[in-house]
Amino acid sequence: MAWFRKDKQPLKAQDRRDLPADVFDKCDGCGEILYREKLSQNLNVCPHCGHHFGIGAQDYIDILLDAGSFREMDAGMRSGDPLEFRDLKPYTDRIAAAEAKGRNEAVRSGVGTLDGIEVALAVMDFGFVGGSMGSVVGEKIARAGRAALERGIPFLIVTASGGARMQEGIYSLMQMAKTSALLARLHEAGLPFVSILTNPTTGGVTASFAMLGDVNLAEPGALIGFAGPRVIEETIRQELPRGFQRAEFLLEHGMVDQVVDRRVLKSTVARFLRHTFAGWRPES
Amino acid sequence: MATVPHLDFERDIVDLQTQIDQLLGLADRKGIDVSQELDVLRGKLQTLKEDTYRNLTPMEQVQVARHPSRPYALDYVQRVFTDWMELHGDRAYRDDEAIVGGWARLGDQTVMLIGQQKGRDMKENLRRNFGMPHPEGYRKALRLMRQAEKFGRPVITLIDTPGAYPGIGSEERGIAEAIAFNLREMARLRVPLVSVVIGEGMSGGALGLGVTDRIIMMEHSIYSVISPEGCAAILWRSAEHREKAATALRLTSKDLLSLGVCDRVIPEPVGGAHSDWDETARTVKTALVEIIAELSALSHEDLLTQRWAKYDSMGAWKESDGSTGS
Ligand SMILES: [Zn+2]
Repeated sequence: MAWFRKDKQPLKAQDRRDLPADVFDKCDGCGEILYREKLSQNLNVCPHCGHHFGIGAQDYIDILLDAGSFREMDAGMRSGDPLEFRDLKPYTDRIAAAEAKGRNEAVRSGVGTLDGIEVALAVMDFGFVGGSMGSVVGEKIARAGRAALERGIPFLIVTASGGARMQEGIYSLMQMAKTSALLARLHEAGLPFVSILTNPTTGGVTASFAMLGDVNLAEPGALIGFAGPRVIEETIRQELPRGFQRAEFLLEHGMVDQVVDRRVLKSTVARFLRHTFAGWRPES
Repeated sequence: MATVPHLDFERDIVDLQTQIDQLLGLADRKGIDVSQELDVLRGKLQTLKEDTYRNLTPMEQVQVARHPSRPYALDYVQRVFTDWMELHGDRAYRDDEAIVGGWARLGDQTVMLIGQQKGRDMKENLRRNFGMPHPEGYRKALRLMRQAEKFGRPVITLIDTPGAYPGIGSEERGIAEAIAFNLREMARLRVPLVSVVIGEGMSGGALGLGVTDRIIMMEHSIYSVISPEGCAAILWRSAEHREKAATALRLTSKDLLSLGVCDRVIPEPVGGAHSDWDETARTVKTALVEIIAELSALSHEDLLTQRWAKYDSMGAWKESDGSTGS
C-alpha cells in the first residue's frame, strides 16, 4: 500500500472509477484504497484504521470454526408465505430475488469445533432481505440452540439484522419469543451462550437473542440498537450524538462485555469458553 | 360513553345516541311518554352498531383499538379486580408510569397484575409517555413477575402500547436488553402467565410483557410486528398506504386466532369496549377466572413444557424436503 500513500491524500471517490473494482476496495473508515486480496487476508479489517468491512455468513464460519469442521443444518429450509403478503410486490418475489443471489435465508446454522471445542453456531446474513428475522431465521436458530442443548455444548450466534421480516407479520414478532424461550432452556442447562454482534444489529434481533449472551461481544463500530437512528430522530426531533448506538457506545453504557477486533474474535471466544465451559470438565 | 364521534364510521351512531338523549331530556322536562319512540330509536341504534362493528375494515379495527374512550389498564383494574395494591419502581433507575403493576384479587385468587397504561388527557399522557415504556418499565415488570413467582401467584399482563419508546435515554439504558431479558425470563417463570391485549399491541414493546401461557385478545384489539403506518412508510414508501398495510399485516384478533398465535378472543359489547366499560369488564373477568383456574391446575413442569411447545411451534416455513413446518 506504500506506493499509494506517497500521494499523501487518499484517492478520491471519483478516481476510483479508474481502478479495477474487483481488485481494490476503498476504506469507508479512512479512505485508503486497499488491495482486496490483502484486505481479505486481514479478515476484511482495514490495516490502516481498523475499520471492519461487512462480510458474509461463510466468512464468519471460516473465521470462528476450525477448518473443515462445520456441518451445516437445515441448509435447504426456506420461507413460506403464511400471510400471502403483498406490498409493492409480492413477498414471494422478494424471496425469489434474494434466493437468486445464491442464498437460502438470512441465517446459516450448524455444528463445528472452535479451538477443538464443539459448538453450535448460527450466523446471520445481512445480504438476505436485510438480515430480517422471519420464521426460517427463528426456526433455524431455535434448532441450532436445541442441538447445543442435546449435545451439551456451547451456542454461538453472529448477528446482523435490520429487524423483523414485516411480510410475515405476527409470526415474525413471535420469533423473538421462540428464540428467547430456547435460550431460557440453554440458560437453565448451564450451557454458555455467546452473542457476537456485527454491523448492523437492530430491531427485534437486538431485543431478543442478540442481547442475551452470557457474554455479548461487538465488532468495532457496529451499529447496535433497538429503534433505528432515523426513527429516533423523527421522534425526538433532534440530532443524535456522535457515535450513538455504535459498539463503543454500548460498551460505555454497559450493554456489551467487550468490543472485539475481528482478528482476535476466535481467540476471545475460545478464552471465554475455556473459562466457563471446557476447562471445568476434566480432560480424559 | 362517547358523545363526540372520534371515528368517521361512528358518526351515525353518535347522532342517533344524541337523538335518544334529547328525547329523554324532553320527556323528563315535559313529563310525556316517549317510550314507543325510544324503543324504535334504540332498536335502530342497536342494528346500526351491529352492522357497523361486524363489518369493520382492518384499519377501522386499528382505530377502535386506539379509541381514546377505550378502557385502559387501570380501568380494568377498577372493574375486574379488587384490593389493588400498586407497587412502584425497578429498584435501579426510576418508576416508569407507562407500566403499572401490583397485587390484585381476581375473585378469590390473588394475582400479580401488570399493564401498559396510556393517559386519558395530555397531562396524564406526559406522565405515562403515551403508554410507551422505557427500559425501567420492563425491568419493573420483571421484578414484579419474580415476586409473583416467589409467592406462587399467577401473573396477568394487560398489553396496550404503540411500542417501546424510541429515544436516546431508552437506548442508553438498554431498551433492547430489557425486552430481551423479559422474553427469556418469562419463558421460564414457574407460575401461570396470561396476557390480554386490550388495545394495541405493537411490536417488541408489546411482546416484552407477552411471553405467556395464554395469549388472549379483546375482540377489537390488534397485535402486530409493526404499526400499519410504519409498515406502509417502509414497504409502500408512504404512511398514506396504512389501509393496505393494516390489511396485509393481518393484525386483528380474528387473524391472530386463525394464525394460531392468539388462544382466545374475548367478545366486546356491540359498539366496542368503549361503549360499555362495565359490560366489557364483566366478560373479561369471567374469562380470566376460567383461564387462571385452568392453568393453576397444571404442575410447574407441565406449565413450562406446554409453554415451550407453544413457542416452539410459532411460524411457518418450508423444510429442505419441501414439506411445510409450523
Ligand atoms: Zn481504513
